[in-house]
Amino acid sequence: MEITKEELLKMFETMVTIRQFELRAFAEVGQRSLRGAIHLSVGQEAVPTGICAHLTDDDYLASTHRGHGHCIAKGVDVQGMMAEILQKATGTNKGKGGSMHIADMSKGMLGANGVVGSSVPLAVGAALAAKHRGTDQVAIAFFGDGAVNQGVVHESMNLAAIWKLPVIFACENNQYAESTPVEYATPIADIADRAKGYNMPGVVVDGMDAFAVYDAAGAAIGRARAGLGPTLLECKTYRYYGHAAFDNPKSYRSTEEEDEWKARDAIMKFKERVIEEGTLNQAELDETEAAVTEMMDDAVRFADESPDPDLSELLTDVYFDPPKGSLGRSAHLFT
Amino acid sequence: MTSKTTRMLSYRDAINEALQQEMERNPDIILMGEDIAGAAGRADQGFVDAWGGPFRTTQGLIQKFGEDRVRDTPISEAAFIGTAIGAAAAGVRTVAELMYFDFVGVCFDQLLNNAAKMHYMYGGNVTLPFTLLTRVGAGVGSAAQHSEILYALIAHIPGLKGVVPSDAYTAKGLLTAALRSDDPVIFFEHKLLYHESCEVPEESYEIPIGDARTVREGTDITLVGISKMTSVCLEAAELLSAEGVNAEVIDLLSVFPIDYDHIITSVQKTHRLVIVDEDTPTCSVATDIAATVGEEAFDSLDAPIMRVQSPHTPVPYARGLELAYIPDAQRVVKTVREVFGN
Repeated sequence: MEITKEELLKMFETMVTIRQFELRAFAEVGQRSLRGAIHLSVGQEAVPTGICAHLTDDDYLASTHRGHGHCIAKGVDVQGMMAEILQKATGTNKGKGGSMHIADMSKGMLGANGVVGSSVPLAVGAALAAKHRGTDQVAIAFFGDGAVNQGVVHESMNLAAIWKLPVIFACENNQYAESTPVEYATPIADIADRAKGYNMPGVVVDGMDAFAVYDAAGAAIGRARAGLGPTLLECKTYRYYGHAAFDNPKSYRSTEEEDEWKARDAIMKFKERVIEEGTLNQAELDETEAAVTEMMDDAVRFADESPDPDLSELLTDVYFDPPKGSLGRSAHLFT
Repeated sequence: MTSKTTRMLSYRDAINEALQQEMERNPDIILMGEDIAGAAGRADQGFVDAWGGPFRTTQGLIQKFGEDRVRDTPISEAAFIGTAIGAAAAGVRTVAELMYFDFVGVCFDQLLNNAAKMHYMYGGNVTLPFTLLTRVGAGVGSAAQHSEILYALIAHIPGLKGVVPSDAYTAKGLLTAALRSDDPVIFFEHKLLYHESCEVPEESYEIPIGDARTVREGTDITLVGISKMTSVCLEAAELLSAEGVNAEVIDLLSVFPIDYDHIITSVQKTHRLVIVDEDTPTCSVATDIAATVGEEAFDSLDAPIMRVQSPHTPVPYARGLELAYIPDAQRVVKTVREVFGN
């Protein structure tokens, strides 16, 4: 599939942004001694980048607890994301959601979700909405290898298949559900094989290769836009860090294994390829990385200059139409 | 209420009519659930709308609105309820039917972690015009897994609203309100009420979610009924009037939000309160009403607040056991006598 120079630069910028954003957010949370759950997807950047390169703001995406990459690739503003994680009123969710729940409907971002597998039917629903409206919008359901043994994920694939909905089931197989290896939890070598049971295409993709993801996603999204129904993409990838901040992955995997995956690092491989093919030059790559670093500095500054959430926000947004007295007869004591 | 024209209509037909009128008014309503039409995909063989739902509440809708808007689903409650929530987030108004509320166990995550929380945890970013139709109640021999009430599960979760129509009039008005709400609303149909009829306006109308109503004026004691228990309270009130006790009866209509103020105003007049709730007693809506009235209207009370509820047991099957399980007018009368110290 042909990729324009502009698209290539955008893909590179997206991958670099995801990596820098996550490392920066993690460091800033630590420096401020904030309590805040953060799950890093560093190592997996090629997957959301290759998939979302085909999307517009009108398409939908439902995400997981490891969702920063999905949000960034879908175009969610990194200042709002940083402010959200640093617990500010200007965060994407006004400071009410945090890393695990970033959402932005103006970008079709239906939300990161803290329950494994729980967001998959939400993407199916967004695809149903698109079908009802008769548009060519698609929805991406991101989930990990940990979610593939959740009933709701299977039910959702079945429902999307019988209704031929424009949804892509994008499995980021990063090899571990928390500390549980995929080969222990799943009795098949390729999760993509599960697609057979739902009579949809199942495609194994090298999730460390943004070009491979881009090609496979392009085919799946094209199919969905054409009304031919869902596809299961299994992107084999790797998370470089632990499940969450407290987790030392060395307690369940070897340094050799980590090194093997890191030798195929998505950003590094992307750079090598574009330089080799002459599609982008070193200066363009360097400029992009420098610009992203500046963007991160701006995002942190924006968060630092933003106010904390007003305590009155505790009681807002529970309901669209809040009934009087609905928040507890002692709610007045909380603000 | 704006309509002048009313006629006798059953609870079941009132639900059906509210769905029809709102789906006509709003082409962006999609309805989905198991066997809500029936014979899915068999129109080419002449089979259409074989079921219309297990209690026929959705009968005729597929013929009127087509299979794109009236969608039979596989038995996959977590997926189709999650799908309905996702479609609502994407701007399509959705109605899903959970055949019996006891089945909530297989899809509770979607209600608890998505429907209830998305508006708040996404900072108001996402709005959910989503209604869940479901049915509750003992009395038809359906035993332990098809008969429970469990309103309290919903009342306990911030972000959800729950309505409990007690007759055809309130069923139509509350369902219409739910179908126009931008909050997730759980609509609890009581199985024993489907064939009960009353005067219902032909035109559509809303009953505000969260408003209780007084269905019998009285001076001596307030009886609060929930869903089917409202008619039990009315029956008890008639029996009590023969004993010289003039009971006021309040029909709660919403289990969240709970109209405490309506109840407190009544208690300030009657000075006594009995709550009748078919739900099991621990951490129930009745318990919550008792606590709130105790906190806020203590000085108005001349006697302890009492509750008449089902026992803390699963719903039994055998007729005698099942009838013993459900609160009835005799038990309400007995409890009122205790309140009066008799």
